Amino acid sequence: MTGYKRALTKTYHQPLGDKLWRNFVIGIPYFWLLLFFLAPFAIVFKISFASPIVAQPPFTPLFDFSSNASQWLLATWDNYRFLTEDNLYWVSYFKSIKIAAISTLICLLIGYPMAYGIARATPTTRNILLMLVILPFWTSFLLRVYAWMGLLGKNGIVNSLLMNVGLIDSPLQMLYTDMAVYLGIVYTYIPFMILPLYATLEKMDLSLHDAAADLGAKPWQTFIDVTLPLSIPGIVAGSLLVFIPAIGEYVIPALLGGIDSLMIGRTLYDEFFVNRDWPLASAVATILLIIVVIPIMLFQRSQQEQE
Amino acid sequence: MGNSSRFVFSALCFGFAFLYIPILVLIAFSFNESAITSVWGGFSLRWYTALFNNEQIIEATLLSLKIAATSATFATILGTMAGLALTQMGRYRGRLIFTGLIAAPLVMPEVITGLSLLLMFVSLQELIGWPLSRGAGTITIAHITFSMAYVAVVVQSRLSSMDQSLQEAAMDLGGRPMQVAFDITLPLIAPSMLSGWLLAFTLSLDDLVIASFTSGAGASTLPMVIFSKIKLGVTPDINALATLIIGTVSIGILLASWIMFRQNKRNKVG
Repeated sequence: MTGYKRALTKTYHQPLGDKLWRNFVIGIPYFWLLLFFLAPFAIVFKISFASPIVAQPPFTPLFDFSSNASQWLLATWDNYRFLTEDNLYWVSYFKSIKIAAISTLICLLIGYPMAYGIARATPTTRNILLMLVILPFWTSFLLRVYAWMGLLGKNGIVNSLLMNVGLIDSPLQMLYTDMAVYLGIVYTYIPFMILPLYATLEKMDLSLHDAAADLGAKPWQTFIDVTLPLSIPGIVAGSLLVFIPAIGEYVIPALLGGIDSLMIGRTLYDEFFVNRDWPLASAVATILLIIVVIPIMLFQRSQQEQE
Repeated sequence: MGNSSRFVFSALCFGFAFLYIPILVLIAFSFNESAITSVWGGFSLRWYTALFNNEQIIEATLLSLKIAATSATFATILGTMAGLALTQMGRYRGRLIFTGLIAAPLVMPEVITGLSLLLMFVSLQELIGWPLSRGAGTITIAHITFSMAYVAVVVQSRLSSMDQSLQEAAMDLGGRPMQVAFDITLPLIAPSMLSGWLLAFTLSLDDLVIASFTSGAGASTLPMVIFSKIKLGVTPDINALATLIIGTVSIGILLASWIMFRQNKRNKVG
């Protein structure tokens, strides 16, 4: 540990001002995240056991301590029972996981050679290419999804191009299909895959490759035996950065998917805004949270290993 | 060129074409005279004029800019403190949970964050009467919460790759931790705080799902207005709006990275 860190971490014989400063720097952001990020999950969990009513807010209290109440605990399993009985929710969860997993794989297959190419380019080219990957990441996610609506629609650019060339006679149904959802997810999330992959590939010690080549390994052998295993941290980080948010994706299925494209994020959103069933939406969210909690812990670990 | 480098080269070409063609097509068609989005009817700025006469969009843009600037500023302050707490403060109780609280917002599905924050606001209102109503204020709090995690990651990576010797020297000369932070550390990490601010600003400007959950009846941000229009299909005035937003952001990012690039070069020379 460096001297500076030691001075900061020494809690005994520390002047009061230093202690206050330390508590302040740690405490304020910690408190904020506990209050506005962690505590809200407990409230979602609580409300998932309530019943919906027409009132403001639209759910029943869980406890009733008034003297004429027959029982004080009003919690109910009804929302979860409903989730297990209605096929719609199971289908939504499975389909979301499937779509997110396949999209992650496609991102990896396209992103890996790109990250590899960028990492092996000359420094100037590398900076330009990196900039080109980061630029879409900064521009509006919503508008990049929207761009595909203009391309894929019935009167869209792809259809009119294909018809002008004479490949098809009538427009293909491309927008509002599962294929469009895959395309949208891969398109918007691929920078999240490329950047961590690039980071590990760029740091890689190239003398290992020379050694492998000297020992007679073919380029593809070197890739399989040296490059690929060494880039696993980047693969894990990139895949989790795509997979976890994609499971709960709402905007892409809502804009590019068909009415029957049941992804759980969209189901939750509609349950909340269209049906106004807050307790059921909370139950849907609780199960989704249980599904993503282990991938999120893996992601946290991969982040710490990079430190 | 060998077989493998030819493969990598074509992958790069394909990848960048995939990333950029949709955006370029969108930009080109925003200058289309025709209202039918796939037929080119000649160059025109009519959709831009229509846009500037659309009061709903102007109002929503101003609201979004206000929320983005406020939330980015608070997120930078809190995120920088979090970055310091994760790299410079050694061990303390609850540090592991803290790292989790910073990592989780980066990947948490937006519908969960949005719903849970809304229910938090509703419960707080019942308990302590605050927040009085939902709107710009609650959206700002929500945006601070998820974008401070991004700022923390940016600042943290700068702090952990930084040479600690200046700070050590300042401590050896009797500087107090707070003094050292303000006089040495913060000026050194100022560029990453600026990128953190810009990242938080664009994240806030772009957010639809979390804003929809945490907003009340009155406040509609720009993404909310755009979404309600494009749900029904492609409209040329949104093409114009998209071109303006993408153009502004791209120029801003290119300018910022050019300035940083020059500064890096000067630092290396000096």
